[in-house]
Amino acid sequence: MSGMSRIVKTMTSTVFPFAMIFGLYVIAHGHLTPGGGFQGGAVVASACAMVLVAYGSVWTMRKIKEKHLSVLESLGALGFISLAFLGLIFADKIFFDDFIMGPNGIGMIFNNAALGESDIFTAGVIPLMNFAVGLKVIAGLFAIVLVMAYATVKVKEVKSK
Amino acid sequence: MNKRDFLALAFLTVIAVFLVFSVVFMFDEDLHPFGEPTENDMDQYIIDNTQTETGADNGVTSVVFDYRGFDTLGEATVLFTAVAGVILVFRRLKK
Repeated sequence: MSGMSRIVKTMTSTVFPFAMIFGLYVIAHGHLTPGGGFQGGAVVASACAMVLVAYGSVWTMRKIKEKHLSVLESLGALGFISLAFLGLIFADKIFFDDFIMGPNGIGMIFNNAALGESDIFTAGVIPLMNFAVGLKVIAGLFAIVLVMAYATVKVKEVKSK
Repeated sequence: MNKRDFLALAFLTVIAVFLVFSVVFMFDEDLHPFGEPTENDMDQYIIDNTQTETGADNGVTSVVFDYRGFDTLGEATVLFTAVAGVILVFRRLKK
């Protein structure tokens, strides 16, 4: 029996989806409303940390290993830097250039300006970078918290023996 | 003098030089006064052109990911290094 009481677990299960939805909304609307990849990623990672506190690190470690989180984080970093390098290949051939937007852009869906319309398919490469950075922050922060909590449990086990 | 003493001495020298120069600059008359920004053209340029140039309504995000994208790359690298370091440190505890 790991984790906290049944009341805390039930409340966590109730609040968790809403916290996830809010965080993912902040990431997805990073180019329109306040927030972005870093902030939304911190919200989602906090929701995951809440589950970790309520259900215990042993239970959480059985569901998802920090190995998988490392892979996710590396995927986010690779996506971010490959978007930066794609700017070197297409359009104006500048590092970190927005190769989707603009007169020379190659974009199909993201290639128009928002101009206060709050259309989500705008702003070229910025929403894609927001998604990459968001994935990176979610996986990174959750991996840190998970590894630390699991190590605490392991140290207690070793000491009690 | 062994290697550690040499490193400590070098570190102390750097700190001393930094302190001396900061005191010298503190009483410099030509120094720009604190809290009174000069006229900054970059602010007004970003406010005027960010929507048409980047297409994003959120000016902060367009600065972070478009105008100053290279800076964000460094920020992401810092986060990556922190996570790698924490996982590396706590790996030995897990058996």
